[in-house]
Amino acid sequence: MTTLTTPTPVTRGRVARTLTYLSLVGASVVVLLPLLVVLLTSLKTEREMADDSGALTLPDDFLNLENYATAFRDGEMLAAFGNTAFILLFAITGTVLIGSMAAYAIDRFTFRFRKPVLALFLVATLVPGVTTQVATFQIVDSFGMFDTLWAPIALYMGTDIVSIYIFLQFVRSIPVSLDEAARLDGANAFTIYRKIIFPLLKPAIATVVIVKGITVYNDFYIPFLYLPSDDRGVISTSLFRFKGPFGAHWETISAGAVLVILPTLIAFLLLQRFIYNGFMRGATK
Amino acid sequence: MPQARTTPPSHATEKAARPRAAAPRPPTPRRAPRGVRLWRGLTPWLFLAVPLALLITFTYVPVANMLAYSFTDWDGVSPELNYTGTDNYVEIFTRPELFRVFFVSAYYLAASAVQIVAALYFATVLSFNLRFRNVFKGILFFPYLINGVAIGFVFLYFFQDGGTLDSVLALFGHESDRAWLGTETSANVSLAGVSVWRYMGLNFVLFLGAIQSIPGELYEAAELDGANRWHQFRYIIAPGIRPVLSLSVILSISGSLSVFEIPYIMTGGATGTETFVIQTVKLAFQFNKTGLASAAAVVLLLIILAVTWLQRRLVPDDRVDLV
Repeated sequence: MTTLTTPTPVTRGRVARTLTYLSLVGASVVVLLPLLVVLLTSLKTEREMADDSGALTLPDDFLNLENYATAFRDGEMLAAFGNTAFILLFAITGTVLIGSMAAYAIDRFTFRFRKPVLALFLVATLVPGVTTQVATFQIVDSFGMFDTLWAPIALYMGTDIVSIYIFLQFVRSIPVSLDEAARLDGANAFTIYRKIIFPLLKPAIATVVIVKGITVYNDFYIPFLYLPSDDRGVISTSLFRFKGPFGAHWETISAGAVLVILPTLIAFLLLQRFIYNGFMRGATK
Repeated sequence: MPQARTTPPSHATEKAARPRAAAPRPPTPRRAPRGVRLWRGLTPWLFLAVPLALLITFTYVPVANMLAYSFTDWDGVSPELNYTGTDNYVEIFTRPELFRVFFVSAYYLAASAVQIVAALYFATVLSFNLRFRNVFKGILFFPYLINGVAIGFVFLYFFQDGGTLDSVLALFGHESDRAWLGTETSANVSLAGVSVWRYMGLNFVLFLGAIQSIPGELYEAAELDGANRWHQFRYIIAPGIRPVLSLSVILSISGSLSVFEIPYIMTGGATGTETFVIQTVKLAFQFNKTGLASAAAVVLLLIILAVTWLQRRLVPDDRVDLV
């Protein structure tokens, strides 16, 4: 961490400092104000909204949770959270297993076609998912997975190459002598992977779980294309459907948005440090 | 993002594990029985079977299929499909309403520039010792973690007539009743603004990580030499984070070309805000023009690959191990 004291003339330093703080406070207002207003709106009653007193007025009753009840019940948020949790569980478990196995095989074995295999994974990172979805759709459909929760699970597992890289970096840092010692004790490759490599990958697993978890929780494109049925909505698509039935009922829509943002906020506050690190690794590796 | 060059890892395991037990061996080690050898050769493939199967099924087969579809008039449903040559490609480049979506990307590209400059400024400022540093850091990064649909709604209300923005402007005595999403320019500028709001945090955190990996002594030495903050930024920070900077530029370009969520959620592509991906999704899934949509997707893919290639050429030393 770089900390500096400024030995420059005091007044100039103070002006600079003040301007810096001003810019930071300004940016914070820009970030927080839209969110705050939605929170306020979610606490207002229908009549308060009709009063047309502007978006910045405070709600009469800060404990008016009626809109949340409406959003949760009529927006079928419970089912949406359930579906999202189901997809999260399988997609993340799959990503961790697949990524760590692929990384172990690529790093610890010499075999024919090793280079081409690595190249296959490499080149795939250059193909953005949005571009190939037209053709991917046909494949998912031919497997009979369209409109089942398995479609997004398979896609999240199969197209996440970044996590393979994160695992690869970590497997490289585990000394080979550990494998060798185990091998001399008679362990085979699967035992080595399960008993030695996998447990030592914990930091990488934490990174992948966080990055993947947030990506899956927030994804809209894949569930929007592959899960059109009402009862298979995830939180993104269910919230998107608010646009129809709740039309201009901003108090209900706001409550829905707050319900979706809240878990992210809690996770962020609890896991701050890991989340920063995770995204730095996820994006740059 | 992966590195183009990957350092070969130690291949030692297999070879070293065997002979070391009995030290002095004849130069040609005894060959293992056939079954054992076969098993050994097979082991890595057992680990790779599932990852490779998924990779090929969901990345390579689609790319190949997409190329094939792009030369046909397939509607995505019927068993009938005719080879039409390059008709689809000609259509994309000659029908102005299909080509127009590329101009929408320009708004997002401009926004990316603003975004990177802002991220750079805040990352630099917050890498020095400041009060409430972590609070500001958290606030600036948080939007990146929020669900896109929720962001869409937050900003629909923000730009609503009498919504957040109008109310704020009213505080400053500026009574406006303009529909922010009503005209093409103002709608696209508004949406691009939302994109800056949403993604600035990611750039910011990447830059911050890179800046913090620069050794602190460098600043101290520079300060002794009488360098001010701007000099420190110009000669220490900027070169130090060059790889991450170039990565951000490339992510911004490919991101600007493949914008989908925010405009789709907020305007549905109305009033001239349709982007390339919205158009492709509509062509493929609403108008059943799979062939044409595939050609469009191939064009987008080629542009993104070209940009990536260009970046690799311009910044060959693409080592992003700073973090």
